[in-house]
Order: sequence, then structure tokens, then C-alpha cells
Amino acid sequence: MKLKLKELRKTLYIFATEKTIGFTLISIFLGLVVGAIFLAAAGFNPFQAYWVMLLGVFSKPSYISYTIIRATPLILTGLSIAFAFKTGLFNIGAEGQFIIGSVAATAAGYFLHLPLLIHIPVVIISAVLAAGIWGGIAGYFKAKFGVHEVISTIMLNWIALYFQNFLIYTKGFQKPGGETSYSIQPTANMMILKTWKQSEAGREWLLQHPFWKDLLRTPMNWGFVIAILMAILVWFILNKTALGYRLRAVGFNKFAAEYGGINVNKNMIISMFIAGALAGLAGALQVVGVSHKVTLIAAMEGYGFDGIAVALIANSNALGCILAGLLFGALKYGGTKIQMFPVKAPSEVINIVIGSIVFFISIPKLIKVILTRKNKKEGTK
Amino acid sequence: MGYENVTQSLTKVIEMKNITKKFGDFVANDSVNLDVFKGKVHALLGENGAGKSTLMNILYGLYSPTSGEILINGKKVDITNPNIAIEHGIGMVHQHFMLIKPFTVAQNIILGREPISKLSVLNMKKALKDVKEISERYGLYVDPNAKIEDISVGMQQRVEILKALYRGAEILILDEPTAVLTPQEIIELIQIIKNLTKEGKSIILISHKLKEIIDAADFCLIIRRGKHIDTVVVSETDEEGLASKMVGREVSFVVAKDHKEAGEEIFSIKDLIVKDNRDIIAVNKLNLSIKKGEILGLAGIDGNGQTELLEAITGLRKVESGKIMINGEDITNNTPFQVISKKISHIPEDRQKRGLVLEFDISENTILENYYKEPFAKKGILQYNNIQVYAKELIDKFDVRPREESKMARTLSGGNQQKVIIAREVSNNPDLLIAAQPTRGLDVGAIEFVHKSLIEQRNKNKAVFLISFELDEIMNVSDRIAVIYEGKIVGIVDAKDAEIETLGLMMAGGGNK
Ligand SMILES: Nc1ncnc2c1ncn2[C@@H]1O[C@H](COP(=O)(O)OP(=O)(O)OP(=O)(O)O)[C@@H](O)[C@H]1O
Ligand SMILES: [Mg+2]
Repeated sequence: MKLKLKELRKTLYIFATEKTIGFTLISIFLGLVVGAIFLAAAGFNPFQAYWVMLLGVFSKPSYISYTIIRATPLILTGLSIAFAFKTGLFNIGAEGQFIIGSVAATAAGYFLHLPLLIHIPVVIISAVLAAGIWGGIAGYFKAKFGVHEVISTIMLNWIALYFQNFLIYTKGFQKPGGETSYSIQPTANMMILKTWKQSEAGREWLLQHPFWKDLLRTPMNWGFVIAILMAILVWFILNKTALGYRLRAVGFNKFAAEYGGINVNKNMIISMFIAGALAGLAGALQVVGVSHKVTLIAAMEGYGFDGIAVALIANSNALGCILAGLLFGALKYGGTKIQMFPVKAPSEVINIVIGSIVFFISIPKLIKVILTRKNKKEGTK
Repeated sequence: MGYENVTQSLTKVIEMKNITKKFGDFVANDSVNLDVFKGKVHALLGENGAGKSTLMNILYGLYSPTSGEILINGKKVDITNPNIAIEHGIGMVHQHFMLIKPFTVAQNIILGREPISKLSVLNMKKALKDVKEISERYGLYVDPNAKIEDISVGMQQRVEILKALYRGAEILILDEPTAVLTPQEIIELIQIIKNLTKEGKSIILISHKLKEIIDAADFCLIIRRGKHIDTVVVSETDEEGLASKMVGREVSFVVAKDHKEAGEEIFSIKDLIVKDNRDIIAVNKLNLSIKKGEILGLAGIDGNGQTELLEAITGLRKVESGKIMINGEDITNNTPFQVISKKISHIPEDRQKRGLVLEFDISENTILENYYKEPFAKKGILQYNNIQVYAKELIDKFDVRPREESKMARTLSGGNQQKVIIAREVSNNPDLLIAAQPTRGLDVGAIEFVHKSLIEQRNKNKAVFLISFELDEIMNVSDRIAVIYEGKIVGIVDAKDAEIETLGLMMAGGGNK
């Protein structure tokens, strides 16, 4: 008990001295200020715009639900990047791992015919494995040939993107006449109360309960719960397990890890596998919970890149990724609201707001990162 | 004559008054006073963790003091960052160097103060000329066009000193400059210090080696656990006097060691060939064997294959050919993991690169090789309670200061970092303990303790392989001494019969056997 208290005190001490939370809040505030300046310069009333955004996120149950749905994949890609980062790797490849995850989920969801309670886990596990292997490839290249993971994952992103588009034009997978795949089987659908919602009785009940009707209007699903569980799991693995010890040791100082008998190469591959699996899970949840299929994509959708920002905001803290993902989801979803009447701001302005928040958070953080990296190399005392 | 009388006629360039520095609740400096005089060498002496580096980091603007004031040439100054320190003519050479490895010597020296010709173009010619001029003036010879990564540690240190001088340093802080140097390089450094003071520069010298303080310093400030103990005139004292002031008790420099008959051979190396980073043969058909219950010392000048030999034994470097055996098992080209599991422990030469994960706390560092085993982990889950209990035990036994197992390794003093490594490796209770420069950066008290630990290990009938540049250490602690030269063992002598001259001759390649 006494030890636990001490641990808590240590965490709090780090919290207070590093001022992470305070620092993050200030950055968010500065980002909003800069966004406001841009809004004003473009001829919009920033107060009105932010008010509309706020209402657009919180004023209805369905809005909150949409925000959470938006946030779910970002939490997971954020976790993927944060996890890799804690183990000394920079996973730019969450984007491609997300794609592989969603393609694998769609394939398993459409081609396999399984009973209800088994189908979803099978779909998710296949997606996680496929994306894990996709991430693991980058780890393997680094371990075997010394190819930097940033370079290999960027290339793997493009391969994943074209692979998805190729599959969509493949007979048997492509839905005739459309630029999408077939939809997954109903047994693989993870939307909450999906059949009941559309049933006679369900519709009647909902008519009398407007709160629930509004809430269930959205593709609400279990993804968010899974994402939170994953954040806790990642935190647990990193901080409480022998595997986490090994991975962190490699991340902090691979020379010392090697000296201590830890197989650095193997652990780099494991780390990239787990990172890939997390991003792939994001893709899988998107398919089973929201989109139910994959579509032709012209460019990267940005789940992986937004995940980098989420990880930065969260300071690579697994539990922080939940909050950072929610913030990001809210900005993205709320942002769409100011495009509409009465503000009618162009979507670029929203991106500027988001961009400046990320900027203020990441610039000092990046500097911090660079400094600690440098310290590590030069070995200061 | 006394400190007051001797210093009366001297010019004070720096006065640090009542400096206190706290890290949280921990008091690293407790109203310490330091005066530095023009053209004089002022030494700082104190046990590991006494607060020497902290005090100097305050003077150099890396830390701000909790209270106290600093005067430079009689004027009160506020040194909030190193640039201000540099403006006031203060230069610092850190315990661990801060050079850019792929740059040349000259590029590193001029960094941040580059001479510029018209159109803001870097004037490399002038830079080279300037560097040459300073280096000749103080006898600090370096090759300005060599890359940092290709030159020796001693040379790198010269570059650090030149860098400070190039920026106009009048007061030079040297934090344990000799810890990483070979005996020859130390002699050269002391000569350089003399040249500098002759030119009116003032030096602050931190060292654990009392002999160097006696040889090089005029005054010596003694700190114990952050507290100011005394400032003495070096010519009026001796090594014993300094040591007892510093530790607060008598220290024995030579550890008592009973004769012990060595047992059977436990470890052997046969015709070992190992290449270095540049693919040149560094260990050349080396043969060696160590018996149970003996300490084999390896003497030699830096760069004769010691590093490569150790890395080859411990699985960190590939063996080209030859054979390494322990307890009758072949461990040639085993992985570090396999080597460790054959009960070989290793105190590495480079503590910050290999020995510690600086971002881990002390307790996490104590289980680096055993984190996955019971009682530290059960079914893959770390058992923090057990880890902490174990870390506390080690901290107590090896006197790591402060006694806080949750302290991050990065924030430990250099000597205490070393103690954590030694504690971990000795506690693994290995059949063969490889100790490379184990007392580097340790205070005399701690050195005494480490030597005792090595001897205790031997008395338990274990084998110890001690590698050190300090001939004194090798001669005092070892049972047998092997001398390495150009990757070969050129001679083995019994420590009882060893003479410093013969060893020196063999180390320089004049061996007989
Ligand atoms: N940034 C820091 N945070 C917390 N504690 C620190 C920090 N820097 C130093 N300390 C503590 O202050 C004390 C003094 O450290 P310092 O490095 O000055 O010792 P030192 O006299 O130079 O020792 P050594 O001879 O081993 O180098 C140590 O106990 C160290 O753990
Ligand atoms: Mg120090």
C-alpha cells in the first residue's frame, strides 16, 4: 500500500513538474486564438463560429455520438503511433495499416459466413493480424536491412492504398456498378441494436422516446468501448509487463538493451507488429461499425496522419490518447458545422484551427523530443 | 601559512557565495562558497554525489541556484544560461563530451562563433588559422581537419578545451577531465593546465584522483554531501589529508588481500581474432585463461584491442575465428543473452551508452538482465514491489546516493550511476565477472568498496577479469597480470612480482614472452 502511494506521488510529481496537462491546455487555447484570428480575417465572426461548433458537438445526443464515432479510429491510430514512439520508432505507416485493416475486415466480413457472435471477433482478429504483419514488415526491414521505418512505412502506405483500389476493381469483391466493395454480412455488423432499430416495434418505441431516437440515428457501435479498452491495455503492457519493459528499454537505449541480453531486432519487429495491429483495429472497427465496406480512395484519408497529431497531443501517453482523440474528433465533427448556415465558413478555416492547435502543441514538443534525442546521443549529464 | 594568508595578494575572478541548490526536497548544494583566483587552479573534491557537478552547472548557467550569489571580477552577475557564462569568460568541459561527431575538429571549435567574410560566407581559412594559433599557444596540438569520430578521447577533450578558449574563456571548468584519459594523456593534460595558468587563465578542476590534485591544483574546496567542509592550500597537505577531509574518516588506499590458491581453469580464450569498426584486426590470435578464485588484470594502453576483446566475449561483437570457453562450454559468437545465461557478468566501459537506460529509474536499471525472471516478473507481469525491495537492498549495500530507488538514472551523479551498474553486475553472482574500468569516476571511498567487492568475489572462488588503464589498480587488486599490446597478450606476470617499469615496457610493445 505504501509503495502504491509512493508510485502515485511520483506520477503526480512528474505531472506537476513537466506541466504536461497545463502546457497542453495552453496550446489548445492558443490554437483556438489563432484560428479565431483567421476566421476574423476571412470575414467571419469567430465567437459565433466557435459557439456553433460547441453546439454542433454537444447540443444533441446524436452529435455527441457522431463525435465519439469520429474519435474512435483516431484514438486507435494515435495509440499505434504513441506505442511505437515509446519504443523508439516513428510509425508513419498507421495510414497504410489502417487501410490493410479495413480491407481485411471487409474481406473477412463478406466472404466468411459465420454465426453472429463469432463473426465479428473473427473479422477483427483477421484485420488485426493482417495489419500487424503489414507493420511488422517495416520492423523487419529495419531489423534486417537497416531501412529506416519512416521511409519503409511511407512506401507501405502507398502500396496499401493501391492494393485497396485494385481489390475494389476485382471481380467478386467489387459490388457491380459501384466503386465500392460488397458490404459485409449482417453477422459481422457491430452497430448497436441495428435490426431492432429498423423493426416495427423498435420504430414505434423510438417514436415515443426522442432522446433515444436521436441517439440511435447514428451508427453507434461498440468501437469506442474497444478503443478505451485498448488504451488501457497498451498502458498496461508498456508499464506493467516484462514485454513492455523490454520494448521501452530498446526504445530508450538500444545499446544498453542489447548489452542486457535483450534482442533488439526482434523487439523492433514486435513493436511494429503491435503498432500495425492497433492501426488495423481502427480500420476494422470503422468497417464493422460504420462503413461496412471499403470504397475507392483517391488519396490518403488521413486517419494515420491525424493519429500522429493525436499521439503528440497526448504526449505519447496511452490514456492521454483517449482525450486527445476525442478532442480531435470534436474539432473535426464540430468543424463541419461551421461550414453550414449560419456561419458558412469554408472547411479550410477549420483545418487552420486544427492545424494551429497541433502546431502550438507539437512545436515545443518536437523541440523537446529533438533535445532529448540529442541528449541521448551525446550523453549529457 | 593558511588559506587566508596565501590568497591575500591574489586577484579574485569568481566568488560564489552561499550557493544552495535544491532538487525538490533534496539539497545538492548547501550554502557552498567558492573563490577562484586569476592564474590559479582551484580543485573541487568530494564524494560521488557531493554536488560538484551541480555547483559547476550553476556557475555555467545550466542550473539556477535556489539561493546565493555569484560575483565575477567583483561584480554581481545573474547567469541564467550558458551564453551569459560564455560572455563572462567562463568555459566548461563536461564530464561527458558534447561534440558533433561527423564534423571536423576545426568545425567543432568554431561552432556558434564562425568567422565570416563578406557576403556572410564562412571563412574557413581564417577559422583554421585561428584554431592553429590557439592550439600552438597553449600546447594543445590537434589535427584541425580530422573528424571527431576518428580521434581518441584524449584528443576530443583537447577539442573541448580549444572550443572554450576560442570563445574567449578566461576561467575554465574541467569536470573530471582525467576520468577518461590514459596515464600518458593525464600527464599531458596537467602540462596543458600549467600552460594555461601561466597565460593568466584560471582553472576549476574536478577530480577524484588525489594525486592529480596534489600535482596540478593550488587550492582545493572540499564538499561533503552538499556541505562546504573546507578550502585548503594544496601545498600544505597530502593525499591522506585530503582523503580524510573528504570522506570524514581514514581511507585505506590499498585493500587488504589474503593469499589465495587459485582453483581450476574456468574461462579460456584460444587464438581469438576480432575486427574493429573499421574492419581492421584489433584482437590478433589472443590467448588467455582465468582460474576459479583469481583476479586476472589486463594492463595495456587504450586502443590495443581491449574494447573489442570484451565485446567479443560478451556477444556484442562478432568473432572472426578462435574459441571462447566457460565452464567447458563453447560460447564463441553467442548472443549477449546466451552469454549472460552462462553466468558471465560485465561492468561495461561506457556506462551511459551500455550500462544504463538513463530514462529508467534506479530500480528498473537494477533488473536489466533479470526483468523477466521471478521474483521480478510473474507470468510476464512485472512485480514492482519485489523490484523495489531488491533495488533498496542494492542501494543500501553499495551506498548509492541518494537512497531513492525511484530516482531516474539520468539525475544521478556520474559516480552513483557507476555504482548502480556495479551493484547490479556483482549481485548477479556470476562465475566470471568482467570489470572494465570499474572505478572510473568513483571517489576514493567508493573505489575502496569496489576493490573489496572484486576481492570478495574472488574469495568466493569466482573468477574476475579486471581491465583498467590504472596500473595502480591493476597491481593492487589482481592476482595475475596480463599485458595486451596490439591485440595480443605479450606477457603474463604474477602480481606479487610485478614491477611498474617492466609492465610499462611490455605495454609499449617491449614484452619478452
Ligand atoms: N537534475 C537533477 N534532478 C534531481 N537530482 C539531481 C539532479 N542533478 C543532480 N542531482 C542530485 O544532486 C546530487 C549531486 O550531484 P552531482 O552530479 O553534482 O554530484 P557530483 O559531486 O558531481 O558527483 P560525481 O563525483 O559522482 O560526479 C546527486 O545526489 C544527484 O543525484
Ligand atoms: Mg560529477
